[in-house]
Amino acid sequence: MSAAKTNTEDYLRMYAQMVRIRTFEDNANQLYLSAKMPGLTHMYSGEEAVAVGICEALRVTDKITSTHRGHGHCVAKGADFKEMFCELLGKEEGYCRGKGGSMHIADQSNGNLGANAIVGGSMGIATGAAFSAKLLGKDDVTVCFFGDGATAQGLMYEVMNMAALWKLPVIYACENNGYSEYTRTDEIAAGTITARAEAFGIEAHQVDGQDVLAVNELTEKLVERTRKGEGPFFIELMTYRYHGHHVGDINREYYRSKEEEKHWKDNRDPITRFRSWLVAEGIASEAEIEAMNADIKSEAAAAVEYALNADYPDAAEVDMHVFTDVKHALA
Amino acid sequence: MREITLSQAVNEALAEEMRRDPSTFIIGEDVAEAGTPFKILSGLVEEFGTDRVVDTPIAEPGFMGLAVGASMTGTRPIVDLMFGDFIFLVMDQLCNQAAKIHYMSGGKMNAPLVLRTNLGATRRSAAQHSQSLHALVAHIPGLKVALPSSAYEAKGLLKTAIRDDNPVVIFEDKLMYNDKAPVPEEEFLIPFGEANVKRHGTDITLIGTSSMVQVCEKAAKILSAEGISAEVIDPRTIVPLDEETLLASARKTSRVIVVDEGHQSYGVTGEIASRINEKAFYHLDAPVLRMGAMDVPVPFSPALEDITVPTPEGVAENARRLMAGDMFHAA
Repeated sequence: MSAAKTNTEDYLRMYAQMVRIRTFEDNANQLYLSAKMPGLTHMYSGEEAVAVGICEALRVTDKITSTHRGHGHCVAKGADFKEMFCELLGKEEGYCRGKGGSMHIADQSNGNLGANAIVGGSMGIATGAAFSAKLLGKDDVTVCFFGDGATAQGLMYEVMNMAALWKLPVIYACENNGYSEYTRTDEIAAGTITARAEAFGIEAHQVDGQDVLAVNELTEKLVERTRKGEGPFFIELMTYRYHGHHVGDINREYYRSKEEEKHWKDNRDPITRFRSWLVAEGIASEAEIEAMNADIKSEAAAAVEYALNADYPDAAEVDMHVFTDVKHALA
Repeated sequence: MREITLSQAVNEALAEEMRRDPSTFIIGEDVAEAGTPFKILSGLVEEFGTDRVVDTPIAEPGFMGLAVGASMTGTRPIVDLMFGDFIFLVMDQLCNQAAKIHYMSGGKMNAPLVLRTNLGATRRSAAQHSQSLHALVAHIPGLKVALPSSAYEAKGLLKTAIRDDNPVVIFEDKLMYNDKAPVPEEEFLIPFGEANVKRHGTDITLIGTSSMVQVCEKAAKILSAEGISAEVIDPRTIVPLDEETLLASARKTSRVIVVDEGHQSYGVTGEIASRINEKAFYHLDAPVLRMGAMDVPVPFSPALEDITVPTPEGVAENARRLMAGDMFHAA
């Protein structure tokens, strides 16, 4: 593993953030399986090093756009468990007052412009956020998260063209988890994904998305260059999705084998790998790591408990927030 | 009062609002040096520069998406969509993203953008450059929709649209760009949701939108010569809709024709007619009549195109029949 962050505190925070994402997802999955969560959700487990490696290179004022598989981005950009679980359960205290749910979770206070339930739907938004920063003379950077499946959407090529023409401060982060919903990526993507960005003159990199330090080191460099006006950039992060496309996608051997899943979990897990490195480098002891894990587990359990007992929004909220200047749109 | 064209009125509104608010910018195809094919924007790039009058590639979903993201992050985009027919290309970004962001985020984010485009047939532009598609966006909660009927409304409504914190779609009739109307030199705004009673009458109400206001006014003159007193009302915005003014007139005259250039089926005329039926039924002496564009794609040949849209003679003829009361008995 390469070293990007240089002090103990940073390393431990990166580890904790990855564990927080995994723990959040384990709880969300349980809420689904026990029928306590309305609807369904898409698990980020397995991809933690991508969100954390990137978001640890960003400031609070930097923006991200997220995807239907967005809990990881939300946690990594600084969100709290309590408001997140409340949102997943459709409760009033959720980040979006229960109106967005898992697929639209947003946390603008930390620069997260929101998950998006249209595959590739946030690429314009991310590019526009970068356009705003440039027009307003701010040095904020926007990271656009999307999956390999979204590379099939035309919007991506339209906005990458404009971002390249106008040197916008945006980084396109393609999380290639090998599957476009229920289909292998090599069946939906011709050629290589990085070559598509390169066609617009955008510098593109491929990185091991299971190595949080590699992701962070690359992103730190690209963010710094983007702030100086050298963007846009493109990163393809090679990663893996432990669960199915969504929590209900249980029987999936028709598109991928259990052996393949086991291989990634046993040999390439981003948390296990980073944990071993932390211990080997003497940054944390096994005992210290176990204590961190336990703290995060109880933090999540408390947040879940809180969210389960929290209030649903009042029915009067149903026609609120349709327009900014009309309290009740149907009054 | 001085008279200026609708095109000049739009240009003035844009220049005034761009001077007033440095976070505004225009984005679209050929908006800068070309000033659009209709030359509406001529001179703006000279005053505001290419940072704020932004020529894009021919990529409607791309620049629409970019505008959504920009509007969510501190700037106020004014999107120029060259023809209203191209709205189909931007539907995801407009209706799934911009229209919903305030609601989905529980009121924490908003998209203060304006989409300027046009409507109107009889320009011999055939089926893909002649449609009046405002009903499509008026159907989507979260979007405001303005339909200026003269240079005066074009200026006042556009200025209001630019200052609105919600996404607003404004459709100008492309056949009216060179039509002159009195427009005050001093600043004015026209509030949304306030209909304009263009002509007072007692026998029948003619509700017209956009250029159909002129059609209704001409019909009212024809009817006046025959002793029928028609009231003409321009709603000016269909979202929000000034229901009260329309209902008050319906209750007074007891007969109503709604005229709009969108296709008649599932359109604006049906919506307004229904609201009047539901809320003024016992005041009516005849069913509310709809007159929209014929439910056919707009044909190229002048011999065919001219018969697809409502005309003053057609409106007058239907008014006579409503007055005679002889058209409502099924055989």
